[in-house]
Amino acid sequence: MEALLPYIINGISAGGQYALIAIGYTMVYGILRLINFAHGDVFMVAGLIMVYTTTSMPLYISIPIVLVCTVVLGFVIERVAYKPLRSAPRMSLMISAIGVSYLIQNLAFYITGGLPKPVLNPIPWVSDTITIFGALTKRVTLITPILTLVLVFVLVYLIKNTKIGMGMRAASKDFETAQLMGVKINSVISFTFIVGSFLAAVGSILYFTNYPSVAITSGSLPGLRAFIAAVFGGIGSIPGAVVGAFIIGLCEELIKGLGYSTFSDAFTFALLIVVLCVKPTGLFGEKVTDKV
Amino acid sequence: MIRNNEKRKETILGIFLLLLLLAVMTFIDAKLPSYHIAIKVIKKASVYALVAVSMNLLNGFTGLFSLGQAGFMLLGAYTYAVLSIPVGKRAGVYQYFDGGWIQFSIPEFFSEHLGETFGLNMGIIIALLLGGLVAAFFAYLIGLPVLRLKSDYLAIATLGFAEILRAFFQWKKLGPLTNGSNLLKSYPDFGSATGYIVLIGIFIALIVLLVNSTYGRAFKAIRDDEIAAEAMGINLAKHKRMAFIISSFFAGIGGGMLAMYMGTLQALSFKSTMTYEILLVVVMGGIGSITGSVITSFLYIASMEWLLRGLDSGTFLGINAPGLFKNGFRMAVVSLIIMVVVLFFSKGIMGDREFSVKGLIRLFGGKKAKENAGGDGNV
Repeated sequence: MEALLPYIINGISAGGQYALIAIGYTMVYGILRLINFAHGDVFMVAGLIMVYTTTSMPLYISIPIVLVCTVVLGFVIERVAYKPLRSAPRMSLMISAIGVSYLIQNLAFYITGGLPKPVLNPIPWVSDTITIFGALTKRVTLITPILTLVLVFVLVYLIKNTKIGMGMRAASKDFETAQLMGVKINSVISFTFIVGSFLAAVGSILYFTNYPSVAITSGSLPGLRAFIAAVFGGIGSIPGAVVGAFIIGLCEELIKGLGYSTFSDAFTFALLIVVLCVKPTGLFGEKVTDKV
Repeated sequence: MIRNNEKRKETILGIFLLLLLLAVMTFIDAKLPSYHIAIKVIKKASVYALVAVSMNLLNGFTGLFSLGQAGFMLLGAYTYAVLSIPVGKRAGVYQYFDGGWIQFSIPEFFSEHLGETFGLNMGIIIALLLGGLVAAFFAYLIGLPVLRLKSDYLAIATLGFAEILRAFFQWKKLGPLTNGSNLLKSYPDFGSATGYIVLIGIFIALIVLLVNSTYGRAFKAIRDDEIAAEAMGINLAKHKRMAFIISSFFAGIGGGMLAMYMGTLQALSFKSTMTYEILLVVVMGGIGSITGSVITSFLYIASMEWLLRGLDSGTFLGINAPGLFKNGFRMAVVSLIIMVVVLFFSKGIMGDREFSVKGLIRLFGGKKAKENAGGDGNV
């Protein structure tokens, strides 16, 4: 137990970061029925922007810049790559998402020169080392789950109680009918991407504060894990995504703690396949019936 | 009678064109040294063509959106490499694992019994086919749970399997077989681009025959409407499994040939990015067009490896701008082009049509051919 404690703490922290990414996946899937493959790369870009801005600007400017740039990126991706394909088959939408992911990675490679960017100036106070129950860790590992839960509660409140939140719920229930009922579908979708990218940016700041460097591929694995968390929790459901993310984060770190780090990702994917085969709607997902 | 004549003329012309291609290939092979960029492009592009066509069989013709291609290529590549590293070199390759478990080499065995060149090539082909079979076997196992899933869930599950396989092949305990995360090397190669072209031509021809058979029509029916296809008496599970296994078989062979082309093999290079790359080649060629996939593979590899090299190294089309044309610009440009195709020309180069001899005849005059060929969708 003593030996596993650091892994449990890390697992909860990783779970918080995955949760922030997973919400972006689950909301987009809920409305557009699209696996936004580019979301992991948006996360990576946020990390890169953080590295660039924190080395040249004070913290109170750089953090807002990271958040704003990421949100703009998410918004632009939706407008340019997904909106023109709204009436196209779902497969084209997914191909477009894969294309965007490919494009972002290659552009990032071109701009950064291909070498991983070291995180030189991590955010001061949160990256201090502290001791909990005799386990050494950074303060960010404690802050992450708390901040995640706060953000999730705010988001759930927004979705339950605001007009645009109602629009989001309506669109995810029935896209066409929502349109007929006067929901401004384009602004609802844009808002979804904005919220998703904002949370991914927050997740990215927390993730890369704890990490030595940002590489152009460092978004894809956390992205996939977060997506699996979203599927595990029941895609389309925000509480589901959060619970799934914490479970996956914990499991991965525990497997690493037991000495099987090669298989931590394999386990995650195996979990995905088992969930998809046994209960495709996930933990909290709604049951969908296929109509002819 | 007239139709028969037409058909015969087409077949003859088609065979003539293929022979011409073969002659040109042999000529190029004889003229250029094996390290020349044209030879490399032809080798790599033909491998990509096979993998793209195998993916098209699944994604384009059967409508199963699978993203596991890299995993099956990995299986084929490892099977090929493990079975064909010469015994004498195994101690060096598996230096951390006491020479590994397997102590024979198929190409070596055949070259001892059937003569140097013929036996070696025979052995290579058999090892490649075994790679395909291993991939097909895994496809069967994976297909049991996964093929029940629909569209994007299927995509994610197959992607997951590819990632699991990659992790598994890097596992230390399997080291004596896969060499862990170290390189596999020293396995034999055809040595000429003609070998690649001929072999891959045969495989692609087999896929074409399959697509045009009753099975192929069943696949297309499943793609167009699963429920209607089932109502017409098509066994969905059986045909989906079949398409999945066959596609993986050819992907496995393609993986083996890619390993052969690259000369060294590492599980790390079979990432999901590779699947995405192949998928985008298929999309650019036209989903559901075999010739489209082949043409795009050659265009894509030729521009990536050869024509657009200048974008990375400072000078392109005589323009010298080292500040702009630096490392990575080529990939950025290519992916921009891909995005434009995906968004504005979603049918790709060929749509779902095929490039055919009939189309060629029509293109170069021949009024009669024009009248006869009307209304049949082919170009």
